[in-house]
Parts: sequence; C-alpha cells; structure tokens
Amino acid sequence: MAAATQDSAVRTGRVTRMLIYLVLLLFALFYMLPLYVMLVNSVKPLDEITGGGMMSLPAQWTLEPWLKAWSTAQIGVQPTGLRPYFWNSISMVVPAVAISTVLGALNGYVLTKWRFRGDTILFGLMLFACFIPFQIVLIPMAAVLGTLGLAGSTAGLVLVHVVYGVGFTTLYFRNYYAVFPTELVRAAQIDGAGFFQIFWRILLPSSGPIAVVSVIWQFTNIWNDFLFGASFASGDGAPMTVALNNLVQSSTGVKEYNVHFAGAILAALPTLLVYIVAGRYFVRGLMAGSVKG
Amino acid sequence: MGFLDIKSVTKSYGPVEVLHRVDISAEEGEFLVLVGPSGCGKSTLLNMIAGLEEITTGEIAIKGQTMNGVHPSKRNIAMVFQSYALYPNMTVGQNITFGLEMHGVPKPEREKAMSDVASLLQIEQLLDRKPGHLSGGQRQRVAMGRALVRNPDVFLFDEPLSNLDAKLRVDMRTEIKKLHQKLGTTIVYVTHDQIEAMTLSTRIAVMNGGYVQQLGTPKEIYDDPANVFVASFMGSPSMNLIPARVVDQNGEPHAKIRLEGGKTAQLRFSDPGLAAHSGREVLLGIRPEAITDPEGADRKSGNIQTLHNVVDVTEPAGSDTFVTTTISGKTCIARMRADTDVRAGAEVAFAVNMDKAVVFDPETEKRL
Ligand SMILES: Nc1ncnc2c1ncn2[C@@H]1O[C@H](COP(=O)(O)OP(=O)(O)OP(=O)(O)O)[C@@H](O)[C@H]1O
Ligand SMILES: [Mg+2]
Repeated sequence: MAAATQDSAVRTGRVTRMLIYLVLLLFALFYMLPLYVMLVNSVKPLDEITGGGMMSLPAQWTLEPWLKAWSTAQIGVQPTGLRPYFWNSISMVVPAVAISTVLGALNGYVLTKWRFRGDTILFGLMLFACFIPFQIVLIPMAAVLGTLGLAGSTAGLVLVHVVYGVGFTTLYFRNYYAVFPTELVRAAQIDGAGFFQIFWRILLPSSGPIAVVSVIWQFTNIWNDFLFGASFASGDGAPMTVALNNLVQSSTGVKEYNVHFAGAILAALPTLLVYIVAGRYFVRGLMAGSVKG
Repeated sequence: MGFLDIKSVTKSYGPVEVLHRVDISAEEGEFLVLVGPSGCGKSTLLNMIAGLEEITTGEIAIKGQTMNGVHPSKRNIAMVFQSYALYPNMTVGQNITFGLEMHGVPKPEREKAMSDVASLLQIEQLLDRKPGHLSGGQRQRVAMGRALVRNPDVFLFDEPLSNLDAKLRVDMRTEIKKLHQKLGTTIVYVTHDQIEAMTLSTRIAVMNGGYVQQLGTPKEIYDDPANVFVASFMGSPSMNLIPARVVDQNGEPHAKIRLEGGKTAQLRFSDPGLAAHSGREVLLGIRPEAITDPEGADRKSGNIQTLHNVVDVTEPAGSDTFVTTTISGKTCIARMRADTDVRAGAEVAFAVNMDKAVVFDPETEKRL
C-alpha cells in the first residue's frame, strides 16, 4: 500500500501533485464548512445571525448560547436546558456499550474456541441481526418492553441497544478470535485454566484493538440513535438526540439559532471525543510475538 | 501394562476414521517418538493423550488409571506446542508459573519452582521479558520451562523443533536428549523428521495413514523395517529397493539382479531361510551405507558380495561420496568413502553387505 502510493508519487510530476493537494484541500475545507458555521454561530448573539452574517466571524463573542443550551433552554415543560438529557444519554450509553461489548466478546470466544454443533448457523443468525432495519422491530420491541415493565425507562433503552448491538460486537470479536491461536487456549486448558479464566487471563488482555473498535462503533451508534430514543423513552427520560430535536423544534417564540447550534455541538461532542481519545488505539497489534513467525 | 497405555484407540471425525486401532504401550522413562508424514494422525494421537481431543473408541491410561474423560489439567501431563503457544500478554516468568497458579500452588513455592526451572534451562535473564521480545530458540526454551515446572508424569511434544533453523534444531535436539537423561520423565514426542526420531527416541512408532506401521527401538526400525513404507521413510538417503528374484544356487538362496549391459549378478543371502521363497520376485532392500567401495566395506560383516556396475552420477558430500548406479532398472545409491576415486561412466566394484539386506513382498509390501 505505502509502497504503491510512494511509487505513484514519484512518477507524478510536481505540478500535478500541487494540483492534487489543492483539490484535496478544497474538499477538506468544504467538509469542514458545516462545523465552522456551527461553531461560529454558536458564539454570536442572535441578532448577528438574523442580520444575515452566517459566514462571518462574530463581531461580539459570547458564550451565552452555550450556557443557555446547556442549562436554561426550554425543552419540554421545564426550562432545564440539555443537561439532564445529556446525563440520560450517558446513563444509557455507558451500560449499553459495556454490556454489548462484553457479550460480544464472550460470544466470539465461544463461537471460535468452544465450537459446538450448529455454531455457524447460530453465528449466521446473529449476523442477520445486523441487517434488520430498526423500524421492523419497533412494535414487537415495544410489546416486549411493556411485558418486562421496562417501557419508557432508561433500563429499557439499554436492553434495546444491547440486543441490537450484540450482533455487531459478536461479529467483530468472532472474526478477531478466529485468528487467535487455538494452541494458546489448549495450553491454558492443560495449565488448568477454566472457561472464564482463559477468557479473562488469555484472550481479553490481547483484545485491546477489537474492544476499541467495538466500543467506538457501539458508542457512536447508541449515542446518535434517535428512533429508539424517540419511541421508547418519554419526556424526562429522553436521550440527548431527542432532546435536541425538541429544542430545535420548539415552536414557542423566536428561533434561537445560536442556541440550537450550541446544542447540536454539545450533542455531537461525546462521539467526537471518543474518536479523538480511542482512535489511535485502533490498529495496535497487541498480538505480536504470540506465535513465532 | 506399561506406564502409558494406548489400547485399541481409534479417532473419527464424523464418518471419517483418521486413526485406526492404535496400540502402543510405553514404560516409565521412555522416550517414545511418533513419526510419520504430514496428516498421518500424529498430532491427533498426541492430543488424545493430552485430553484435547476426545477418544472415539478405545482407552488411554497413564499409570494404570484410565484417562478417558479426564480433563487435560488433571492428567498430570505437560505439553510443548509446535507454535510454543506462549501467552503473549504475560512475561516469561508468568508464563512459566501460570499452570502452578491455576493449580493453586502458593506464591513462594511458585517462585522457587520458577527459578529452579529457569536455571536448569538458563533463561534467568529472560524472566521479565514478554514472549514477543524473544528469539525462536529462547521461546522454545520458555515453552519447555512451562512444561518442566509442572513436574508431570508425561511430557508431550508436538514438533517442538520444526520452527527453528537447522543449526539451532540440532542444538536443541541434543539439549532435549540431555534433559531426558537427566530427568528420566516419560516423553511422547511427535515429529515428521526421521533423524530426530532416530536420535532422540528409545522407541519409535512409525505411522502412516492413521495406522501404526511399526513400533520398535530405533535399531529395530532401521535394521528390521516391517514393510516398504517404514524402510523408505526412515533413513536418508532412503533405502534402495531393488526388484530381484530369489534363486537357489548350491542349496543357498541368492538374489538375482540385472546390471547394466544385460549382465546379471547373484548375491547370496545371509539368511538361509529365504530359500523357502525360491523362484519368487521380491524387493531387495539395501541401505546406501551397506553398498560401498570394497575398501570401505564393513569388516565385521560375514557376507560381503561384490558386483561390478557402471556409475551414473557421483555426489561428493564432504564426509562421504554418494554414488548412483542402476540395478534392475532402479536407481541405487551407494555410500562410498570421501576419497574413493570413482568417475561417472566408469565400471567400478560395489561391495554389498548382505547381512543388512532385507526382503519385501512386492505385492503386499510386507517383510518376507
Ligand atoms: N477437526 C478435524 N476434522 C476433520 N479432520 C481432521 C480434523 N483434524 C484433523 N483431521 C484429519 O486428521 C488427519 C490427521 O491429522 P493430524 O493433525 O493428526 O496430522 P499430523 O500427523 O499431525 O500431521 P502434521 O505433520 O501435518 O502435523 C488429517 O488427515 C486431518 O485432515
Ligand atoms: Mg501435527
């Protein structure tokens, strides 16, 4: 890969290369534009926006919209800002990500190292879960949550996201563990380690890269989910995405665009943060040297 | 009943039987080598001894106790894997003591056992390193340390040297042999390298196609192969198998063979019992080192027969010269002294040590 790019770079003329960079730069700027607009307008007073200066830098810098979006904006009945909904989302996302990742890891472990009759069929069915559109499960899921007494609760949302996510996390871990040397598991068996000890002491410590992938994937999906949140969480229990929608859609009074922009950034911040913090662990080869080359 | 008993053991994967009624019994302290070509079922048999594969039918017993259904960790065995299978996230020290920890051995004892093994294998300076930072030979040592520390009844080795370079392989081979002499623990060792099998073992089981072809001491296997497969698998270069006819001359059995230029030769057998097969077509098996130049012939042999034939190729190998000639339409290799003056195309004398000759039925490929 690297060799190929270098190769072509050498053969390409200087001018062509400059042109390529220029085009790339333009694209990058174009893609950054929405973020710029959001950022700039979230630190302006409202009249500057309504005055028509969408693209210009603020004449007067202010953090007022951020504070308002966070703690005093009218969402639902009370002027609470996004803050309580942010915590709703956190208390939904953290357990949902943790549980689905752990379950996925366990599934992957069993499906690759404790093979049983019909395991491929089971895995196939779990994979199928990845392709079922959200809409199809809405009504049955509502019924199930109702029966379990979890309707409208954060625990119910956690359950929904775990069930929906476990297909993906199983896929990730199964593929990762499929190339994990089975001899290591056999060695541990001879050493006297049990089912969970092998998982905990041998496999998990080498699962860093795939765990990061699973966490990032699950976190972004669950955090950004709107449909399940809107369907299964009501009023005060709503997650951030639903609250943001309510904030933007609220029809009372003037549209406070600067507050909306600030709120939107607040809603996007956690996923951005996860990428920045965990992204670099993505491709770390922790398995180097376990099997001699 | 021996120390390790494998009684009528078979293994099937679904409808396919990959091991057929294997019977092997090893005494305490024995170095049993399972040797055979790839796919013959060596690893499968070893894994069944370890308890990593289920036994389809039959029984495996260690010290008189049946091991069928016993968990691998309760069999008091230790295994060294082909890939070493060191735990990548643990240090060398932790790798070595992991088994003891799982067996609930208290920490001070574990530390003691670890330092004993480390000094035995001279890996003290590696104890804090991760396996990823070791060379192949060092990993091999650590893998052996992990097995040794358990003080097992039986060591199981699955091709432990096949991933090392040639030089290191020879060194480690010697080391394993020394270790066995020192500890006296029973070892079952899988390899597809017949030289490893010969040098290490006290007994060899030669396997092919899921059958044990022959079980015996290295000398028995080498000198008295039970069939053509064993004869040609063991030894390098492999045994010459020459089509011949058993003929009777002066009441003694001879092997009649065809030489270059339409000539024939008759080599007297050392075993008079072969007269019973008089008139029969056979395969005459003679190892390259039993065909020499007359000066290099074994003085202790009571039956050296000489024949003259044209040399096809000579291959000086430093310590010896391998000389190729055609007998009965088959290419034969003779092993001559390094300084013999033999040229391709010349007719030279070959001294055949008939004491070492073996005879096979060409149809069944079994020994006659
Ligand atoms: N899980 C399995 N399912 C079906 N067949 C299998 C399975 N494992 C092994 N076999 C078959 O059993 C036979 C013996 O395999 P085994 O691994 O014991 O060979 P081996 O003698 O160790 O060979 P090698 O020297 O290549 O390691 C092979 O023909 C293999 O294809
Ligand atoms: Mg094998």
